[in-house]
Amino acid sequence: MAMMLSLDAVAALVDHLRNDGRKVIGPVLRNATISLDEIDGVDDLPAGWTEHQDGGSYRLERLDRPELFGHATPALPWKSWLYPPRTMLMRANRDNGSVTIEKPTPGAEPFAFFGIRSCDVHALDILDRVFLDPADPTYTARREKLFVVAATCARPGGTCFCVSMGTGPAPSIGYDIALTELWAGDRHEFLARAATDRGRALLGRLEGRAPTEADLAAADHLVGNATQNMGRQLDPTHPTAAAERYEHPQWEAVARRCLACANCTMVCPTCFCSTTEDTTDLSGAVSERWRRWDSCFALDFSFLAGAPVRSSTKSRYRQWLLHKLVTWHDQFGTSGCVGCGRCITWCPVGIDLTAEMTALALDPGGPS
Amino acid sequence: MNSGAGSRPKLAVWKFASCDGCQLTLLDCEDELLEVAGRVEIAHFLEASSARLAGPYDLSLVEGSITTAHDVDRIQEVRAESKSLVTIGACSTAGGIQALRNFSDLDELLSVVYATPSFLSTLDTSTPISDHVPVDFELRGCPIDKRQLLEVIGAFLAGRKPNVPDHCVCVECKARGNPCVLVAHGTPCLGPVTHAGCGALCPAFNRGCYGCFGPMESPNVESLICALTEMGMPPEDVDRVFHTFNAWSEPFRHAGRREERP
Ligand code: SF4
Ligand code: SF4
Ligand code: SF4
Ligand code: SF4
Repeated sequence: MAMMLSLDAVAALVDHLRNDGRKVIGPVLRNATISLDEIDGVDDLPAGWTEHQDGGSYRLERLDRPELFGHATPALPWKSWLYPPRTMLMRANRDNGSVTIEKPTPGAEPFAFFGIRSCDVHALDILDRVFLDPADPTYTARREKLFVVAATCARPGGTCFCVSMGTGPAPSIGYDIALTELWAGDRHEFLARAATDRGRALLGRLEGRAPTEADLAAADHLVGNATQNMGRQLDPTHPTAAAERYEHPQWEAVARRCLACANCTMVCPTCFCSTTEDTTDLSGAVSERWRRWDSCFALDFSFLAGAPVRSSTKSRYRQWLLHKLVTWHDQFGTSGCVGCGRCITWCPVGIDLTAEMTALALDPGGPS
Repeated sequence: MNSGAGSRPKLAVWKFASCDGCQLTLLDCEDELLEVAGRVEIAHFLEASSARLAGPYDLSLVEGSITTAHDVDRIQEVRAESKSLVTIGACSTAGGIQALRNFSDLDELLSVVYATPSFLSTLDTSTPISDHVPVDFELRGCPIDKRQLLEVIGAFLAGRKPNVPDHCVCVECKARGNPCVLVAHGTPCLGPVTHAGCGALCPAFNRGCYGCFGPMESPNVESLICALTEMGMPPEDVDRVFHTFNAWSEPFRHAGRREERP
C-alpha cells in the first residue's frame, strides 16, 4: 500500500502513534548535533538541518529548505531504547532472616521509532538475533511492541557505507511504514509505503492521494542518487583477507592511534556486550544486580583467571574489528556491521574501519 | 567487617594536605548520611565533630597528600591503626594540585610566595599516600563523586569489591547519551584518557573533561595529544591541560612535560 502524504498528514501520523499510547522516538537537535529523543510531534524534528560527518568530526549545517530527513544517522544509536545502558536484573531483600527476590517487569510503554534509516533498521534485525533467542526479557518486551516508521536517505553522510553492506539507503525490511521525502519545486510531500497490517491500518487513518508514476520515479531517482553518494565503501572480500593477517603491522599502527575509549562500541547500533554489577545498600538488607553496557575496549572485559586476556590495545582493536566483520558471520549468520558510519564519525581520533580494512587486505604486510 | 561482637564498625576520616572538599562529599551525602551513621560508628571525623574515639579503626578514609615530615610519620600511625585504608581524592591518590611544586625548585617558590619562608617546614614534594603506606583502595576525583563514595563504603561494609570501573569517561558519556564535544564542537576533552567516576559531568554541560579523576586504565595520551594539536591547541596549553589536579600521576606527569616526553 502506497500513499502520498502532505506534511500535515505526516504530523497526524505522529499524533496517531502518540494517541495510541506510544512513546515516539525520533531525530532532534541536541547540543549542536542531530541526536535521538522522545518527540511530541513533527515540530520537534530537525527540519532544515543536515550535518557534515567525517572521521572524528561532526558539524551541523543548514539546508535551504525545511527537509525533515535531510540528515543521515543520528548521533545516538536506537538500541538505547530497546537495550538501555543500564537495566536492573533483580533485587534481593533480606527481612528477618528470609530473602525475597524481585524481578523487575520489563514492560515499558510501547515505542515507535520515527525516521529510522535503513541501516539502523537492519541493525535491529541483527540485535534480534542476539536478544530474541534466547529471549532477553527487556529487549523482547520492547521489541515486540515496537512500531517502525523508516525514512529513505536522500543525503547520505560522509561516513555512510550502507551500499557496501547491502543495508540501504532505501528501507527494505523490518518497517511498518517507510517514508520518502519528495520535493517538486515548493511542493513538499512524502511517499508512504506500508509493509505490515498495522502499517496499512495506520495509513488508512490518514488523508492522502494515490502516488502517480512521476512520484514513484522521483522516489527511485532519489534512492539512485543516494546510492551514488556514499561517503565510504568497504570491499566485501577484505574482511576475510584481513582475518588471515593476524600479525599484520597495521594492527600495531592502529593501536598507536586508538585510545581504547570505547566510543565506537557505544555508538555502534549492533554492539551488544554488557557486564553485570552486584550492589548492596548501606543497610546490607537490599542487594541489586544491574546489567550495564560494556565494551571489548575495556580491560576488565577480558579479565579471566586473574588478568585480562586482551591487555594490549592492538588485541582489543583486532577483537572489535574482526568480531564485527568476520566472526559475527559464524556466530549470527550475518555481518555485525550495517555501514552506518557512527564508529568513524564518533571516534575522537577518526579511526576508520573501512580504511583499516583496506590497509590490511591490500598490503600483505610482510611475511605472515 | 566488624570490630567486635555486636558493635558497629568504626570509621575514621583523616586529613593531610588537601582542601577538605572530599571530606565534604561525605557530609554532602545528606539523604544517606544518617544511614551511614547508623551502620558505622564515626570514631574520628574532625570536619563533622570534635569527638574522637581511640583506634583501631575498621575503615579509614584518607584525604590529602604527604607534604611534610610530620605527615610522613602520621600516615604510618594511621595505617597502623586501620584495618582497611581507602584514599579519597586526587590529593591522596596522585599528590593533588599541590604536586605542581614537584616540577619546580621549592626554595624559589617559597621566596616568591611567602614573606618569611624560614617559618615553613615542608618537603620538596607532594606525593600520594600509596607512596608511603599500603593502600587498600584508591577512590579518584577532584573532588570524589558522592555515589562512588557510598558505593565504596557499602562495599567495605558488605566485604565485597567496589563497583568502580577503571575505564575512561567516554563510556559514561555515551551511556548518558551525551554527544561528544570533541567530535561535534571541536572542544578539547580529556575524557578518553581520564578515569571514569564523575558520570561524564562536564561533557553533559557541553564542556570538555578536565581530567579530575586522573588517568584511566590504559591511557594513550600521545594519541590524544596529536588530536588536540590537530584541533589547534598550542603546546603550552597541552602542557597545562595535563598538569592540573593529577599532574604527578603517570602518564600525565610526562604528558605535560614536552621536553621530557620520550
Ligand atoms: S548508511 Fe545508508 S541508510 Fe544509513 S544513514 Fe547512511 S545512507 Fe542512510
Ligand atoms: S561497525 Fe561502525 S559502521 Fe558498522 S554498524 Fe557499527 S558503528 Fe556502524
Ligand atoms: S577505534 Fe576510536 S572510538 Fe574506538 S576505542 Fe579506538 S579511539 Fe576509541
Ligand atoms: S565528550 Fe569527552 S568524554 Fe564524552 S565521548 Fe567525547 S571525548 Fe569522551
